[in-house]
Amino acid sequence: MTEAPEKFVGGGVLRKEDPALITGRGNWVDNIRLPGMLHATILRSPYAHAKITSIDVSAAREQPGVAAVFTGKDLLEEWDKNPTANPAAVTGYSLSLAERENGGASVTPTADSTSESPVSEKTHTFCGWMVTEDIKVPDHLPVAVDEVNYAGEPVAVVVATDRYKAQDAVDLIEVDYEPLDVVTNMERAIQDDSPLVHEKLGTNKSYTWELENGNVDEAFNNAEVHVKERYIQQRLIPNAIETRGVVANPDPVSGGYTVYSSTQVPHILKSVLATYCGIPEQRLRVVAPDVGGGFGSKLNVYSEEVIALVLSRKLGLPIKWVEDRSENYLATIHGRDQIQDIELAATREGKILGMKVHLLADMGAYLQLNGPGIPLLGAFMYPGVYTFDAYGFSCTGVFTNKTPTDAYRGAGRPEATYAIERIMDALARETGLDPVEVRRRNFYEPFDEPTTTPAGIQYDSMNMQAALDRVLELADYEGLREEQRRRREANDPVQLGIGFSTYTEICGLAPSQVLAALRAGGAGWEQASVRMLASGKVEVVTGTSPHGQGHVTSWSQIAADALGVSPEDVEVLHGDTATAPWGRDTYGSRSLAVGGVAVHLAAQKVVDKAKKIAAHMLEAAEGDMEFEGGRFSVAGSPEKSVTMPEVAAAAYLANNLPEGMEPGLSEDYFYDPPNFTFPFGAHICVTEVDTETGKARIRDYFAVDDCGPVINPQIVDGQLQGGIAQGVAQALYEEAIYDEDGNLTTGSMVDYLVPGAPELPNYTLERTVTPSPTNAMGVKGVGEAGTIGSPPAVINSVIDALSPFGVTHIDMPASPWRIWQTIQEAQGREAGSREADLSGRPAQTEEGGEA
Amino acid sequence: MIPVAFEYEVAESVDHAIELLGQHGDEAKLLAGGHSLLPIMKLRLAAPAMLVDLGRVNDLKYIRDEGDHIAIGAMTRHCEVERDQTLREHCGLLAYTASLVGDPQVRHRGTIGGSISHGDAASDLPSALLALEAEFVIRGPNGERTVRATDFFKDYLQTDLAPDEVLTEIRVPKLGSNTGWSYQKFNRRAQDWAVVGACAVVERSNGSISTARIGLTNMGSTPLRATAAERALSGADAGSIADAVQNADEGTSPSSDVAASAEFRRHLARVLTRRAVEQAVSR
Ligand SMILES: Cc1cc2nc3c(=O)[nH]c(=O)nc-3n(C[C@H](O)[C@H](O)[C@H](O)COP(=O)(O)OP(=O)(O)OC[C@H]3O[C@@H](n4cnc5c(N)ncnc54)[C@H](O)[C@@H]3O)c2cc1C
Repeated sequence: MTEAPEKFVGGGVLRKEDPALITGRGNWVDNIRLPGMLHATILRSPYAHAKITSIDVSAAREQPGVAAVFTGKDLLEEWDKNPTANPAAVTGYSLSLAERENGGASVTPTADSTSESPVSEKTHTFCGWMVTEDIKVPDHLPVAVDEVNYAGEPVAVVVATDRYKAQDAVDLIEVDYEPLDVVTNMERAIQDDSPLVHEKLGTNKSYTWELENGNVDEAFNNAEVHVKERYIQQRLIPNAIETRGVVANPDPVSGGYTVYSSTQVPHILKSVLATYCGIPEQRLRVVAPDVGGGFGSKLNVYSEEVIALVLSRKLGLPIKWVEDRSENYLATIHGRDQIQDIELAATREGKILGMKVHLLADMGAYLQLNGPGIPLLGAFMYPGVYTFDAYGFSCTGVFTNKTPTDAYRGAGRPEATYAIERIMDALARETGLDPVEVRRRNFYEPFDEPTTTPAGIQYDSMNMQAALDRVLELADYEGLREEQRRRREANDPVQLGIGFSTYTEICGLAPSQVLAALRAGGAGWEQASVRMLASGKVEVVTGTSPHGQGHVTSWSQIAADALGVSPEDVEVLHGDTATAPWGRDTYGSRSLAVGGVAVHLAAQKVVDKAKKIAAHMLEAAEGDMEFEGGRFSVAGSPEKSVTMPEVAAAAYLANNLPEGMEPGLSEDYFYDPPNFTFPFGAHICVTEVDTETGKARIRDYFAVDDCGPVINPQIVDGQLQGGIAQGVAQALYEEAIYDEDGNLTTGSMVDYLVPGAPELPNYTLERTVTPSPTNAMGVKGVGEAGTIGSPPAVINSVIDALSPFGVTHIDMPASPWRIWQTIQEAQGREAGSREADLSGRPAQTEEGGEA
Repeated sequence: MIPVAFEYEVAESVDHAIELLGQHGDEAKLLAGGHSLLPIMKLRLAAPAMLVDLGRVNDLKYIRDEGDHIAIGAMTRHCEVERDQTLREHCGLLAYTASLVGDPQVRHRGTIGGSISHGDAASDLPSALLALEAEFVIRGPNGERTVRATDFFKDYLQTDLAPDEVLTEIRVPKLGSNTGWSYQKFNRRAQDWAVVGACAVVERSNGSISTARIGLTNMGSTPLRATAAERALSGADAGSIADAVQNADEGTSPSSDVAASAEFRRHLARVLTRRAVEQAVSR
């Protein structure tokens, strides 16, 4: 008997990335210093909406160390240099479908016929997801020319020998603004007499997208029970620990450029930069060095990336721009910001018959890369883990004078899960059922084959019952209810709340055909190359672009198991379009379920070829070859064997290969997934609420998640812990607040509360394993699950704690102030209006005396 | 996050610092721990042309038992106040309050003198020093003077200090065995500034309160004493504390901001004062 070879998938392999990162040897964009490099600093609009009547840059130009100052006008010609006749030819990405038809790096604005503007006028945009045919797309120039539409929009750019000189010069630029009416509130923005963000579009509505399955009216007409709720998804600021940054470096020899950017999407960035700036893609190289987090905020293409590139073209020198934290809050996309109206029709027994959802989604002032598409990802998730027949959804995208929104961890799915999991508790109240029971009555029976959902997609596999049973056991649900009873009876100022969330989410973006059907501009495949080297070492090239997820470790484990080597011997190359030319990058919990599977499949191809060579070397039939522990042997005669490195050596020496075989042992795989994957889980949040101060403290958090087979348990735990923390952050702490004039009042980490370790509980995490039938490894994905599952569990627990006061609703974040107000109002006392207090910047009030 | 250019001088002594301040007038600012001054310079909300660094004036770094009181040098760091045995034993309120300032990094740089001189009503130490009836020693070109904490804080970020003066020493009483104390800091995250804070220093005799001194954090443009509650508490016992603190917010003028409305701050002041007094009488 030979010993079973060691398997690394599923084992506790330590993250290979960590030693360099935790000893300060990471390589971030801001560490890049190139000879002759200049620093760009951007002057940003202090107004949310204004006409620019004049800009005087003469004093700034005079400053020592200043190389150049550009206004939006000075750069206009740079945006019209696109020579690409057919942008669809830009690899794997086209700025929009509309544009494919029109053949330009622009889309034709869908101006209504009454509009003055000529239909042929070119519209610049970074948006790659034109969700409807008649979507309204505003002209989005990297540097504003006549008008600014949100506070923080670039107005001018200074290039100087260092950042300090550049900032001093920025302060000397004089701009005259003529303030215009501002609209920050979506419901106001869709009224007929609202100020318009973009006068030319004639409306603040960008698009309305709809979906209907089954007979919704009938379901609602026949139902005994109706529950209708309105939830607010507050605006969030992503807060990657490394802010954005870019260095653009012209290469005088090739006439091309290298762009280093703190991005999640070097391949998409390359395509969009090529089209936007008119640089042929073969002359562009994009590098994502170490990237300090993104959470979706770096799944984008930003003005500053384009600006750095065209300035390096204009000046012939490397240009660096690094965002500071104050800028980050204004200039990097925000997340969420939706108003959700959701309605359930159900029987007296709590069985759901139908669901209606209507969303208003705040796009901010412009459409960013995927902005309009984010609510659509949610559209398919509102039905959650419950099966019923009729579902209607519509979403209207709205322009306001605020920072644009786009993908933020979970991107559409946390919003959806929050709404369904909140309204399930409302249904429990309405029918007098326990929140656990109402969920159980609507679950799917466990399944392991694709099953059609109310939204018309197919879930891959699910066993909610097992996850829920386990989490109830872990939390000692009965014991908790008992403690809750005692505290209620004793009138304890600190009340206990128990909140549930049973969720599923959509991972593995995405089948390319589905993306096309949703009018998304990009393909959804992933690519991997696996190179077995003669030394026994392995190179894995991946198109995914990790920025904290540990792909280097996990992909090493996958390749090691397939090839029978140690993960130590595997090098994973990524994030540089010169070494990893094909890729669709990292977002949407896609990397493992698409990119990891591509690695697995490429490695299998290597094994298949190696098997042929081994058979040839051993003079045996290919069908008789066995491969285990890195060794090929002949079935029945184990003494006849060769190792993988010996085969690799033979493959490269090429003097003894099967007839007609190409030398080498390197294989590529382009993997386009046939379906998404759907992890799921059951969460319980146990919260103590101090009813005197309003402070909610999460005492325990129990989660049983199912993301299919696990490659690296430590990494999965890390993703869940961080994910739940970000969900808790939305539920209790974070909120981007604008005043009426469109100023961001939570403009720093003092007012925008990112929680830290002291605010977060210890998590009790367990897993069930339900493989996906979608891919060869059965894997599902876990990057966003925690953020998607946790907010409703937290809020449901707060409402549960406050239910003795008659509280049935509270909005996020459930801050002490809001909890106190909610208790006051539930008891019929005055507690002041939060809206009134939030409308302006902090102000000192003069009145003294009694409250 | 990029400050305006400035000059920098190291003060060799307090007198040298006063001399440098005299030379540069309004353009100069003292630099202690830098944890209030540097953030506002980085945001370009302040742009002093000259920083006079007190960091090497070693004879401003001490905590001394002076018999009836404890003397603390202005350049003593929060972490030193937090851990000092003499303070822990005789003036536990100050050591404890220092332990709640910001996070460990802030406490390793920030100084007690800087915290007082900055005069921020949201700072924790000033309200503790009010409740302790501390005294501040100030030196200027014309010599030394002593100011009571109650007279020191003038208005929003305004103190009794002249531009050419240096705060050198803080004097706090030793609390007797009949004196209990508490600081109730209410904030959203562990390292945050107080939304509201309440300090209590309570003298007990025969099971009831003889005198109570209450300092409030972030309830107006300066740190404040809750004088109405102090009066009502004198003579109160455990059963009547809750009633006595009902006017803890009297005479305050809290602001409304994204963390809390003025109304909610008033409510918190009452709850926190009650909790502080209850804890103070029990220890
Ligand atoms: C992230 C963060 C969190 C914080 N959290 C809290 C908190 O929770 N609670 C809290 O109370 N504080 C908090 N602080 C403030 C911190 O305590 C500061 O260190 C303190 O307020 C100022 O002390 P400093 O030594 O840093 O003074 P500096 O910043 O150096 O100086 C502050 C001001 O005082 C003047 N000054 C300094 N020393 C003297 C002197 N001896 N004589 C005359 N003038 C002088 C300076 O000229 C300047 O105007 C926080 C700070 C940060 C950065």
